[in-house]
Amino acid sequence: MTNNRLRNLPGYVYLALVLIFLYLPIALLFVLSFNDSAVMAFPLRGFTWHWYQELLGAGELWQATRNSFIVAFVSAFFATLLGAMAAFAIVRYRFRWRDSLLALSSIPLVMPSIVLGAGLLILFRSLMGFELSLGLITASHILISIPACMLIVMARLAGFSKNLEEAAMDLGATPWQTLLRVTLPISLPALLAAFLVAFTTSFDEYAMTTLITGTETTLPVYLYSMLRFPRKLPIVLALGSIIIVGTSVIIILAEWLRSADTTANKNSAVEVDR
Amino acid sequence: MSDYVNQVTHPVTNSRTTNKESAIPRSLLGSLIGPTWIWLVLFMLLPMLLMFLMTFRTEAFNWREWEFTFENYRKFIETPSYHRLLLRSVWMAFVVAALSVVAAYPVAYVVAFQAGRWRNLMIMLLIVPAMSSFLLRVLAWRIILGSSGLLSTVLLGLGIIDEAAPILLYTPTAVIITLVYVWLPFAALPIAVALNQIEPNLLEAASDLGAKPYATFLRITLPLSMPGVIAAFLFVFIPTLGEYVTPALVGGPEGVMIGNIIWDQFSRALNWPMGALLSMAMLLIVLIPAGFISLYSKISRERAGNYD
Repeated sequence: MTNNRLRNLPGYVYLALVLIFLYLPIALLFVLSFNDSAVMAFPLRGFTWHWYQELLGAGELWQATRNSFIVAFVSAFFATLLGAMAAFAIVRYRFRWRDSLLALSSIPLVMPSIVLGAGLLILFRSLMGFELSLGLITASHILISIPACMLIVMARLAGFSKNLEEAAMDLGATPWQTLLRVTLPISLPALLAAFLVAFTTSFDEYAMTTLITGTETTLPVYLYSMLRFPRKLPIVLALGSIIIVGTSVIIILAEWLRSADTTANKNSAVEVDR
Repeated sequence: MSDYVNQVTHPVTNSRTTNKESAIPRSLLGSLIGPTWIWLVLFMLLPMLLMFLMTFRTEAFNWREWEFTFENYRKFIETPSYHRLLLRSVWMAFVVAALSVVAAYPVAYVVAFQAGRWRNLMIMLLIVPAMSSFLLRVLAWRIILGSSGLLSTVLLGLGIIDEAAPILLYTPTAVIITLVYVWLPFAALPIAVALNQIEPNLLEAASDLGAKPYATFLRITLPLSMPGVIAAFLFVFIPTLGEYVTPALVGGPEGVMIGNIIWDQFSRALNWPMGALLSMAMLLIVLIPAGFISLYSKISRERAGNYD
């Protein structure tokens, strides 16, 4: 046992170093957001709430925050709905173009944001002649969130066997009863996880959104525009710290829902075996 | 032993499927997949098609008038700076992807084989920075590498440098460091999944037959984790090739990538057809490794099929 631990030691040390590497820059943002100086310099000057207080007075910023919440909420809702419906079809049925749908739906995951954003800009502005709006940003965010939502729900649906649905129907449940009382409750954790992942994806998206932003803007785009003014950097950091805390909580929640998922799966598989 | 039982019993539950109707009748299939199809076609395929068509135009708007021209292609071929930029972007994306995978592999190994009951926590610790704001994490590196930033201060304190100065900021190296930082946790996850799928029996059998640990690693663990490694590489390579935010924030004039030029064409120069052509060139470069990979995974899946 001790021998084993000794052998694992280099691995643990490396992992610890990587985690420090990953978290140190984030921690730095937090520390500097409380630093009593407009210049991003060491040594630190002292503790202040000043930058957070200044956030309260920034009207445009609240507008952008409100926009981001609306866009994230609506796009996450529809991405989860569309993704879940497609996931259900893919897991439960064989049909024509099934593989194409699967392949195509994974493309937004890896497509460079600039290409997607430029393509959408051409579609919206050049072909359709639309004014750029939050609605179009929402539609685009639905697209980039669909793959993750589909994958999360597919994993859940594939994990519990079709037998549960069949059993319900053998016992006399109608398809809709089965859907509402078996399938939906079982996939609920995955649906919530998908929603939360889509929400953070939309809330943090900058690279594609900036290309299709009109007069009204989302938070990351506004944040980036503030970087032109070095004196506002501490305010950006204060806001950034709040965003990081908020999204981290959402991500942890989503992951927890997904891992609660897999443990539930194991139990149900064992029960069916017996 | 329990693992073995699990492997035997698990497939049984999953394969006991019949042709009975599911909770949602098949007649509704169209409405289930329809919306997703519409979204993918309208907001992904159509924009890509428009972009392709635009490479043959000189005018970005007014699609009614149609003059077909190779003017953009001629300009592209005659402008060496575009080629240099494309090549440099490919090279940088390759370096970033390779470094991310190499740095992430041991992390994935520890998570998959050595983390024990801490595994879920480790995965969580990797996912949280991976999913939190891209922009802010890049910004953090701009501050770290800046003239009075963390790195400069530390090096000054250690007496390695004489005066506060930006370290690496506004160089291609800064872009590479920042992007490896951004992608490392993303790269670790697919590798960890692949490692996790390796049957422990295989590793046991190897050591029972007298293989040294490094031989087991080189001849069993590493080859079997290759699908994860390749997925991780592509996950980093493709978005990095199109990256423009990081070069704009930490790259300086020497760190400019093709994405910055594309962004300029669309937002500043308003030369959309040229931007479209450069985007298509980039997609083509992305498609080559992606096609190669899907071929590879098809072959290896067929090979795996032979063992069943």
